[in-house]
Amino acid sequence: MVNKIAVIGDKDSVLAFKSVGVEVFDATTAEQAQDLVKKLSQGQYAVVLIAETLAVQIPETLAKAKTRAFPAVVPIPTTAQSNGFGMQGIKADVEKAIGVDIIFNK
Amino acid sequence: MARLNVNPTRMEMKRLQSRLKTATRGHKLLKDKTDEMVRRFISIAQQNKRLREEVEQDLANAMGSFAQARTQADSRIVDEAICMPSRSVTLQCSKRKVMGIDVPQIEISDTSTQLYPYSFLSVTSRLDDSVRGLNSVLAKLIRLAEVEKTCNMLADEIERNKRRVNALENIMIPQLTETIRYIKMKLDESERSATVRLMKVKDIINN
Repeated sequence: MVNKIAVIGDKDSVLAFKSVGVEVFDATTAEQAQDLVKKLSQGQYAVVLIAETLAVQIPETLAKAKTRAFPAVVPIPTTAQSNGFGMQGIKADVEKAIGVDIIFNK
Repeated sequence: MARLNVNPTRMEMKRLQSRLKTATRGHKLLKDKTDEMVRRFISIAQQNKRLREEVEQDLANAMGSFAQARTQADSRIVDEAICMPSRSVTLQCSKRKVMGIDVPQIEISDTSTQLYPYSFLSVTSRLDDSVRGLNSVLAKLIRLAEVEKTCNMLADEIERNKRRVNALENIMIPQLTETIRYIKMKLDESERSATVRLMKVKDIINN
């Protein structure tokens, strides 16, 4: 049964998640993040949160994770200002499904 | 348009006609399915966008508080304070069907109600803010994960479905119509030639 949450990111920014009972995995480079995502995909994790700064560096791994029901890999901003990677994901989905982006153009 | 490589017989034509019927019906059904999926997708994508905006805002606040807490007290003390969480989050996962595809349904189930795993002596109230903020954002984050995954999978499925519709519309159906037309022509032609032959024979006999 998949039932755990994990967060991947550099230690300083994601450590706070530990206080609410999320498992924290430390990664600072793209390779580390890639390995972790692969490892966690095979484990019992339903939701994997990943720092946006790392997520932008490993698009192929994330694309592969998208095709399966579990885990749901969600990029999250770890700094005060989001770099918009998460929003880009939604935009790409809309473009893929409909052909034109009709949600963000408003 | 390329026609299929078949023998021009009446039986073959019947077979192709029934195939054409199935293909046309399938095409209509698939097209309707795509329409409905797109309709649902749009509402889910809008929800996704709204949720993400909220989550990013809340998360930024909580992260900011945490960073402040670490600078106000010794960062090692803060780290130590939160290193042994009093609660662990487990999720209830199941699968739900949306338009024939399995999408995850994730619900959060808490094991403890106690929020702060540390004593209030060593850390400032900024950390409390941060923990409280994160705690409330966590539920939203799980919801976001669910919605975003649904969005992803639906987008994939819509793309796949569109391809199917296009294949039927632009290749399969024209090919079948063309082949049926060809067989019909051939059959008519052979019928005519049989008639002509009969007439010729009659002429020869009469003379």
